[in-house]
Amino acid sequence: MLSIIEKIKKGRLHQFPGGVHPEGRKAISVGSEIISPDLPECLYIPVKQHSGTAGKVMVNIGDYVLKGQPLTESTNTNDLPVHAPTSGHIQAIDNHVGAHPSGLPEPTIALRPDGKEQWIDRTPIDDLSNVSPTKLIRLISEAGISGLGGAGFPTHRKLSSGKAVEFLIINGVECEPYITADDTMMRLYPEQVIRGIQILQYILQPQHTIVAIEDNKPDALSVFQAATKNSDILTVSIPTKYPAGGEKQLIQVLTGREVPSGGLSMDAGVTMFNVGTCYAIEQAIDHGKPLTERIVTITGEGVNHPQNVWALLGTPVYHLINHAEPSKKRSNQMVMGGPMMGFALKSEKTPVVKITNCILVPGEGELNTGEDARECIRCSACADACPAQLLPQQLYWHAKAQEWQKTQDYHLFDCIECGACAYVCPSEIPLVQYYRNAKQEIRSQEEEKLQAEHAKQRFEARNQRLEREKEARLEKQRLASEKRKQAMEANGSDAKDKIAAALARVKAKQQDKPASLEENSASNTSRVADAIARAKAKKLEQQTKTVAEQKDANESSQDPNKARVAAAIARAKAKKQAQAVSSDELSTDNASAIVSTIPSVSPEDEKKARVAAAIAKAKAKKQAQAASSDELSTDNASAIVSTTPSVSPEDEKKARVAAAIAKAKAKKQAQAASSDALSSDAAQSRAKTAPSRSPEDEKKARVAAAIAKAKAKKQAQAASSDESSTDNASAIVSTTSSVSSEDEKKARVAAAIAKAKAKKQGKNADNKPTQGNTQEGSE
Amino acid sequence: MSAFLIISLLALIFGLILGFAAIKFKVESDPLVEQLDAILPQTQCGQCGYPGCRPYAEAIANGDDINKCPPGGEATVKELADLMGVEPKPLDEDAITEKRVAYIREDECIGCTKCIQACPVDAIIGAAKHMHTVITSECTGCDLCVEPCPVDCIDMLPVEETSRNWRWKFDQSIPVVEIK
Repeated sequence: MLSIIEKIKKGRLHQFPGGVHPEGRKAISVGSEIISPDLPECLYIPVKQHSGTAGKVMVNIGDYVLKGQPLTESTNTNDLPVHAPTSGHIQAIDNHVGAHPSGLPEPTIALRPDGKEQWIDRTPIDDLSNVSPTKLIRLISEAGISGLGGAGFPTHRKLSSGKAVEFLIINGVECEPYITADDTMMRLYPEQVIRGIQILQYILQPQHTIVAIEDNKPDALSVFQAATKNSDILTVSIPTKYPAGGEKQLIQVLTGREVPSGGLSMDAGVTMFNVGTCYAIEQAIDHGKPLTERIVTITGEGVNHPQNVWALLGTPVYHLINHAEPSKKRSNQMVMGGPMMGFALKSEKTPVVKITNCILVPGEGELNTGEDARECIRCSACADACPAQLLPQQLYWHAKAQEWQKTQDYHLFDCIECGACAYVCPSEIPLVQYYRNAKQEIRSQEEEKLQAEHAKQRFEARNQRLEREKEARLEKQRLASEKRKQAMEANGSDAKDKIAAALARVKAKQQDKPASLEENSASNTSRVADAIARAKAKKLEQQTKTVAEQKDANESSQDPNKARVAAAIARAKAKKQAQAVSSDELSTDNASAIVSTIPSVSPEDEKKARVAAAIAKAKAKKQAQAASSDELSTDNASAIVSTTPSVSPEDEKKARVAAAIAKAKAKKQAQAASSDALSSDAAQSRAKTAPSRSPEDEKKARVAAAIAKAKAKKQAQAASSDESSTDNASAIVSTTSSVSSEDEKKARVAAAIAKAKAKKQGKNADNKPTQGNTQEGSE
Repeated sequence: MSAFLIISLLALIFGLILGFAAIKFKVESDPLVEQLDAILPQTQCGQCGYPGCRPYAEAIANGDDINKCPPGGEATVKELADLMGVEPKPLDEDAITEKRVAYIREDECIGCTKCIQACPVDAIIGAAKHMHTVITSECTGCDLCVEPCPVDCIDMLPVEETSRNWRWKFDQSIPVVEIK
């Protein structure tokens, strides 16, 4: 029984199932030399060019970077840095069309070359034996090397798997039609590639090293066979059949082993690298040059001079096509990669990236566009061609019906998307696109599942947190109440005495009350007056505490203009009172009297007027409440009204405070007197005056607006769906906007409040359209 | 007499076995609810009328309709129908099933924290009187923060299409061509 390597040496290779023999069309781009095109005007370097995650951008717009300078740094093992392909200035860090089938913009660094090609300081490794494999792997990672064959898997991760490597296979098969980039690499740079292989051998310590080259590249084969004659590297010619260059297929051809479903090549004891990757490793270790350029085949009937070029990463595709001269036959298609596995480009500005091995510019009619697809006739030609032994027509069937579970039952994820099935399909169905679509759908569904699970965890964590917080709050309350209890007990009889005294006082009062009703008017009035005085004192006290908050209101009331506002408010309040005590006719008269007197007073002494109005209001209200159905008290109230003006001028502060109280009360009343047409009228009048004042005094205007808004809001709530109030709100919005240019912050706040209110009103209006109609009628 | 004894003995033995099995293989909670909950999208949006996905799962297990979950879309309804053994129903309304996330217009935010309190998955960060923002990756697009915002500065925007979440879009139907 011969070992695997002996079999390979004897040329006894295996076969992979299926496969196709498409027309190679490689000869058109094979040349004896590589010409590098001129520097493009601008390089668009995508931040992520491999399969993994993007690194962190380290440069800023306007920075000058040297050739080979890292532009991003990797923060984890999935990251790979990208480097400046030439020296120049960073023009932009923005989104640019990416090298992806979607053609969607991706984060990209735009570099404007200065043409100096100035290299960064490089540190080549002279002697491998002095350097540990770990350091070499780190250097390879820092050079940004990913697999250049097509998948773009980070090379350092393949190298650091830690598994014993039986076979190190260097893939020079390049089975896809049109592409000759690897062929060119092998023919022109055999020493460098072999040096790269030796570095890989040093790192991986494989038992056997094999270079596999398809027999349709005789030149490359002979060059390599000569170069590896006396080394431990074995060059093997393998028969041409697409897709022999696929990793799993090549392993099968050479070793007869199959990579298990869902497994990696390492599971078969194989690690595989592309020849271009070997060259890049050699450049990185021996010359300290990071991966900034690669060989790209520009081919197809759409260009006059199909050829291979050294293209800087980030070179826009149109630059390369122009270099190869577009021909007259050129169609509007462009393919990145080969005709079997490549993808159509959406834009000419798409940059060359690490995985770009070919730009195919087909002529008219050169490629099948997939527009002539017909129904599947169940011929099963695709099943015969499939190298992974899948049932493509079944997969197609279920993918089309969006039965994702069924596609997985047919091992969709073992599909390598080689396109052999679509190539043989007599109905020209773009089968691979269905599979790609299905794979993406399944992946995104899985991702959604994970997200749902994550959201559930967060939701539960939040609920637990809320529960904890609630418990903590209750515990705190409990402790506080216990503390209070203890304190009370500690004070003992003293506290109890106090409580007893308070209770006694309350009782005495209660007894007093019923009696007082029958008492004569004189004593009654005096008690009422006392009560009012006490209440006033209390209010004043409370008010002084909240004076700070009411500052705006105070400021506004110092102005003559404010007097008018105050008067208006007073009127409104009086009206409210009238409603509150509506059953008491006398008190209503009283209130109207106050209203009528205020305007006449205000021109003479604004301040006083305000004060008077406020106090009067307060009292009227109190009386109305306290002595409702008591005629005597109303008389008394009018007396107070007449006396208070003389007191008020003495104390400005009090006056302001009173005004504030009055306002507060008005609000309360407005709430109480819900669905009252009068109150809404008052609000309207207020709202109307507010805009007219605003040009005179911005600050006041704002304050006034705020007050008006507040009231409008209350009304809106009370008399829900009142259209007039909605008008008010909009009026307020208009006035505030005029102020905004002068004081942005306040204006924004005001606008926000106004919006909030408008929203609420809108809601109310929506909720009760019928009520709105009746309200309108009443107005 | 012996027959009576044998039957009684057998009844006793089987009773013991059953009793033991009932204790040994006791099911902690309704496994159906767990399965239903796993199907639901866990947006915790409450559009079904229940406070979260699990309560709705419990309601379905108790016989509620399976078509009350707009975020899950038709796919979820189908899965629920399969599990419950009922016919799939169309969704309640023309609900938006497109995936969306909340976005706060930050210069308009007044820092009221109302949206933070509404968010079922703690995906909004911010403090009182400071601007808030949405952690897009955590947002389930449940809409619950939109309503409480007093200044309407929260928009529900469709998730931006990137090359990561992009899907091949091609006409799934193949035109029938008549062969002459």
